[in-house]
Amino acid sequence: MRTRLAFVASGLAAFVVAASPAFAQKQGGTLRVSHRDNPPSASIHEEATVSVIQPFMAVFNNLVVFDPKEKINSPDKIVPDLAESWSWNPDQTKLTFKLRSGVKWHDGKPFTAKDVKCTWDALSGKADEKSDLIRKNPRKVWYNNLKEVTVGSDTEVTFTLNRPQPSFLSMLAAGYSPVYACHAQGRDMRSKPIGTGPFKVVDFKRNESIKLVRNPDYWKKGRPYLDAIDWKIVPNRSTRMLGFAAGEFDMTFDSDVTFPLLKDIKSQKPDAVCEGRPSNVNQNILINPEAPPFDKPEVRRAVAMSIDQKPFNDILFQGHALSGAAMLPPPAGVWGMPKEMLQTLPGFATDVEKSRAEARKIMEGLGYSKDKPLKVKVSTRNIAIYRDPAVILIDQLKNVYIEAELDPIDTTVWYTKIQRKDYQLGMNLTGLGVDDPDTNFYENFYSTSDRNYTSYKNPEIDKLIDQQSAEMDREKRKKIVWEIEKKLAEDGARPVIVHNVANTCWTPQMKGLVLQHNSIYNGWRFEDVWLDR
Amino acid sequence: MGAYLTRRFLLMMLTLFGMSILIFVMLRLVPGNVADILVDSAGIADPKEKAKIAAELGLDQPIFDQYLHWISGLSRGDLGFAYVSERPAIEEIGPRIPISAKLAGLALFFSVILGVPLGVISAVRQNTGLDYFLRILSLSGLSLPSFWLGLLILMASVQWFGMIPIYTNEPRSFIDEVLLLSIPAAAVGFRSSALIMRLTRSSMLEVLRQDYIRTARSKGASQTSVNYEHALRNALLPVVTIIGIEAAFLVGGLIVTETVFNIPGVARFLVEAILWRDYPIVQNLVMLIAFIVVVVNFLVDMAYMALDPRIKFAD
Repeated sequence: MRTRLAFVASGLAAFVVAASPAFAQKQGGTLRVSHRDNPPSASIHEEATVSVIQPFMAVFNNLVVFDPKEKINSPDKIVPDLAESWSWNPDQTKLTFKLRSGVKWHDGKPFTAKDVKCTWDALSGKADEKSDLIRKNPRKVWYNNLKEVTVGSDTEVTFTLNRPQPSFLSMLAAGYSPVYACHAQGRDMRSKPIGTGPFKVVDFKRNESIKLVRNPDYWKKGRPYLDAIDWKIVPNRSTRMLGFAAGEFDMTFDSDVTFPLLKDIKSQKPDAVCEGRPSNVNQNILINPEAPPFDKPEVRRAVAMSIDQKPFNDILFQGHALSGAAMLPPPAGVWGMPKEMLQTLPGFATDVEKSRAEARKIMEGLGYSKDKPLKVKVSTRNIAIYRDPAVILIDQLKNVYIEAELDPIDTTVWYTKIQRKDYQLGMNLTGLGVDDPDTNFYENFYSTSDRNYTSYKNPEIDKLIDQQSAEMDREKRKKIVWEIEKKLAEDGARPVIVHNVANTCWTPQMKGLVLQHNSIYNGWRFEDVWLDR
Repeated sequence: MGAYLTRRFLLMMLTLFGMSILIFVMLRLVPGNVADILVDSAGIADPKEKAKIAAELGLDQPIFDQYLHWISGLSRGDLGFAYVSERPAIEEIGPRIPISAKLAGLALFFSVILGVPLGVISAVRQNTGLDYFLRILSLSGLSLPSFWLGLLILMASVQWFGMIPIYTNEPRSFIDEVLLLSIPAAAVGFRSSALIMRLTRSSMLEVLRQDYIRTARSKGASQTSVNYEHALRNALLPVVTIIGIEAAFLVGGLIVTETVFNIPGVARFLVEAILWRDYPIVQNLVMLIAFIVVVVNFLVDMAYMALDPRIKFAD
């Protein structure tokens, strides 16, 4: 009897302990967050910036999503969202989702499988000519392998692929893959979108604020905890930081706090909770292969070999940035190559002087010397985060007989200029929506991609990209991914300098936020966030 | 006088018409249009998508047709649709105008209320310690950029009072609004007050040496009467001119102040609209500024007549 009582008591105690965090969460309150700039629109599918994702992801749901409680997004950490479950056919070309029933859009209309079809028809360019759900499609390349989407019933939808693609589910789990309402107008989705998510848009005032309120009909019972989220657009970073220190905001914009600013924040607001993490944004060099002598791979390699990452890392990140090739390096990165392998690539050698001596030999072979340097321009967006590394790059290029001049470009015409190939060298930042080889390689290096800014064309690389994309065995796939990274580095295709690391801070009263450590574009649903005040 | 006013009105209309053409053409000479920028902002540069957006917004129409469309709409009070937000331009511009107008009004009020009396004091107490102090103050006002001054104010507020005087929520009452706007208004008005003070001082010094001032003194007029009734009124003519010019130039000062203090006014919005080549917003706002400048110039001319009875506007 005593044993039984002890068992029951310990069981009760365990239950209380396990359940206590749930009881601790408080309902209510408005989360106040600063926003760094004016989002171009509210339509996540039409934009390619965290300025849109961070405030508006909470308005939507995906079919599946990277587990928001996990810091690392990986293919085996995908959980259901609007889909209750999913299954593949034996040859891995048909992915069928069983959808939740009873889910409603913010305007009260029911969510059905037709909405899923409608969204992905628009994204893969198969939508009706009259459809105006989206007018820009920056991630069209993600769905090149999508043959069709078919509706089985209101709660069943099937994605048919041309060939197996293990990354497909990861792409659907990204913050960039919300389901849109079929009955919505594109104009509304850009200004006051409706979703099925935990928060509804009340108002999006350009250059001023974004106000979201709790969706009382949210299908996930008990969520969200917050009554509202109030984003204030504060373009001046000093004002944003001072506002946070003065208690005007509960949270800074994601990755807004650089390491020098972190010291200020900590001194002005010692109780602030700050977390530094890789953003999966890397600094890289765009080399125009159509601008001689950069049409020669060896010159592109010489540029890569001139790089000493340490000054970039020390000056811009106080030593916290990560060294990696095209994919984010481990441990945060799921696919990046091991350090020993990385150090064999051009631009990553530990002996920088030896590497530069080799690069000088290449340049001398082409007739360049200290007295007769190659004169070029380094073009970059005229904003500090681009200009600062460009200045360091210019200094380092001198070591391999390249005399460069800074060419700051108005940020609004940057991509037009790059697309026109009106540059020689460019300092660039690339952010990845998902830490996944398909999204990175198909977007940035595949010969037919709109976002392959350097128009890098290598049939061998295209073949390897397709090969890794279809490989079901994770370890085998990693080997191919590393081979691609190696070849890209040797070809001087967008030599990567460093992978950024930055900080996000919040007040100790804000709880339940889990920052994703291999993409800043995921984990912004805010449904588990609550305020302890 | 009636003929003068008619002539003046027609001249104002002509100036505004000229401005409308200038704004319209200059905007289109700047590289890139909103279609380029909307597509660029998504990290792509697809010519097909650009052409589709350009057609949607009517940017593929001949430039003369676009101008006629805008100007005929403007004459009917229709400001068109903002390209980026896809909302009527009036809904975007309308709520922001009163905020900037109040800020500019307060800034101008501060600059006049400080600049004129301090200029008079500085002139009357020429070469005294007080004069030197005020001259240094005015020099610092001219040399401190308003964004820097604004940031200093913000940092001091956070450091000493643990609060920040920035615009995060709409003020609940008129008093709240005045309190909130007075700090940025002081930051932006400081430069203008310095300019007005220096001009008032030099103008007063010139007037104070005139024969009629000596006559007034010899007839036993009090120092206050000499300074404010006899001298200041005549010294004010150039000061009024500079106040008029400053009123127009305030927009430039408001851009940085609205950014630093996070005020959702029209000046910051204009810069954003220029960056996005949001033509309907930029055109209408620049026309509004042009209108204000023209009207202020007219009011300054009228003020001359009130201040100096010798000035007559011939028919």
